[in-house]
Amino acid sequence: MSNVLLRRTIRGVLLTLVVLFFLFPMFWVLLMSFQTNRDILRTPPSLFFTPTISNYVALISGEIQTSVGTLPVDYMKNLWNSALLSACAVALSLLLGVPAAYAFARFKFRLGEDIAFTLLSFRFAPPILVLLPLQLYFQDIGLYDTYFGLVWVYQLITLPLILWIVRGYFEDISPDIEHAYRLDGHSWFKSLWKIAIPLARPGIAAAGLLAFIFAWNSFIFALVLGSSDVQPVTVGSLAFMTASGIQYGTIAAALVLSIIPTLVLALYTQRYLVEGLSLGAVKG
Amino acid sequence: MAYLEVKSASKSFGKKRVLEGLSLEVERGECVVVFGPSGCGKTTLLRLIAGVLEPDQGEVWIDGKSVMGVAPEARGVAMAFQNFALYPHMDAFENIASPLRARKLPEDEVKQRVHEIAGLLRIDHVLDHLPRQLSNGQKQRTSLARSLVHGPSVLMLDDPLRNVDAKIRYEMRLELPRVFRKFHSTVLYVTQDYKEALALGNRIGVLMDGRFEQVDSPVGIYRNPKNQRVASLFGDPPINLFPIRPERGSDGVVHAQIGGQRLALGTRSAELAGRECILGVRPEDVAFDFEPAPGGIPVELEAVTPFNVRTVTLLKAGDDTEILASRPEDNILATARGHRRGWARIDFDRALFFDAASGIRL
Repeated sequence: MSNVLLRRTIRGVLLTLVVLFFLFPMFWVLLMSFQTNRDILRTPPSLFFTPTISNYVALISGEIQTSVGTLPVDYMKNLWNSALLSACAVALSLLLGVPAAYAFARFKFRLGEDIAFTLLSFRFAPPILVLLPLQLYFQDIGLYDTYFGLVWVYQLITLPLILWIVRGYFEDISPDIEHAYRLDGHSWFKSLWKIAIPLARPGIAAAGLLAFIFAWNSFIFALVLGSSDVQPVTVGSLAFMTASGIQYGTIAAALVLSIIPTLVLALYTQRYLVEGLSLGAVKG
Repeated sequence: MAYLEVKSASKSFGKKRVLEGLSLEVERGECVVVFGPSGCGKTTLLRLIAGVLEPDQGEVWIDGKSVMGVAPEARGVAMAFQNFALYPHMDAFENIASPLRARKLPEDEVKQRVHEIAGLLRIDHVLDHLPRQLSNGQKQRTSLARSLVHGPSVLMLDDPLRNVDAKIRYEMRLELPRVFRKFHSTVLYVTQDYKEALALGNRIGVLMDGRFEQVDSPVGIYRNPKNQRVASLFGDPPINLFPIRPERGSDGVVHAQIGGQRLALGTRSAELAGRECILGVRPEDVAFDFEPAPGGIPVELEAVTPFNVRTVTLLKAGDDTEILASRPEDNILATARGHRRGWARIDFDRALFFDAASGIRL
């Protein structure tokens, strides 16, 4: 009895240590976001300070008070851009990638594997390699500094990810389930829509979430291919490195704000992730 | 013209030829059992008919029309899969209702027909369960109900009783013929169990090496197997096989050495003299007694296995030839276990003779 208790206690302590280790940076950032730059830069650092919401106020109102004067920032716009770009990029990738993943999983066609691998290889190439030519093309065809252009380029990040993850999930579904549905008298398209996609939903949710996070965190594409009008938070944060020094408090607050949308999405997606649907579908 | 026809169909997967010029004709309302060892192409055959696979060569005809290039959903064929293939995200009711939904029947009729078939198969109490909450037997019946619910013209069952326990298998073996009759379906039934094959088929097709070795009635298959391989597939305990070389004696009677004993082979063996052959004797055609009898082979009783209605005995002749004999269970007391001496007599009038080289029945 006491053995079990001991084991539980040790496990609890270890888990707490792990959680502390991984979440400590987040916790520290959260604390920083409620401190002034002076509190942050104090040596030695202290857990005790007078909390202030001035960092958040500055971000929301778009005016940062620095020692040399007021600096305009448009962080809220950046936040909106991030959300819009990531959401549109993931939506487009799901629209294109899920049917493609199904095709790659179910049908053997000429060059099928080559096409799939080429798509994956987009993730190997350093973005910087393609950026210069892209920049030139984009300016020529008028896609520079547009949402559409960025959503398009973001496909390099999101599409291979969704394609390859969802493909694996489709491959795990027994084709017999779809065959059975078709023999019942349903069309091919209906068997995709009513059987394959619902059964691959945990995979689609996971891939979508992951793709969203990657898109949200991407930096270099938007830096080069867009101006401040379309730039996301990752690029927008550069504005906090001002002539009068780095605004650590504001950066921390910006970070906290930028985590919120992804966090909400992750919490929402979670219930699809744990959906163990295919259990008991067919007997192996 | 047969209702369902497979015309010299071939199918390969990569280098492996699974079906080789296979032909089959099934009459309307007939139940044909496709029987064969695993990996002989039974499931592939069903998939060709269902339209899930296309044959490399040959054609499938249903009701006088070729269905080549016709999508599975348009063939009017239903199939119960060996692995059940239930839709895991739908409850049993929706699983069974699926073919009716595809035909856009009104809700009332869907309900009525699903409950009807569920009642017949005794799963009406679990209709609101998801497949993962069902037992194997219930899954199997749900899958069967789904294939039957819309009264398909061709019903294919891919070893439906393989994954269920012995009790349900026994029950379903009795129940299925009734269900088939009720729905007037043309049935193609795949199994690896010879008892199922004998119990359910109007005819049995023995599938081997990609084609039908023999298609015949259950009695025909059992009593007149085309060759040694078919004979060994049917029957449990399996048929006794002895290599023999019949010789014509000075008295004109054909004899052979079996179990170290020179035995007259009966009237049917006149033309076999001087030819290497295999003697096939079903265990039920071997009489075993503790009293010496004319034409008896002296044997040792090695083992006794009660087999529900028949008792199987393993006997060993003087030259170590092993003989299986079975007899009605009534005599089980008389055959008390233990190593004893006895005499085995073979009923040569019911025995089978196969060519030693080709295995073809003579």
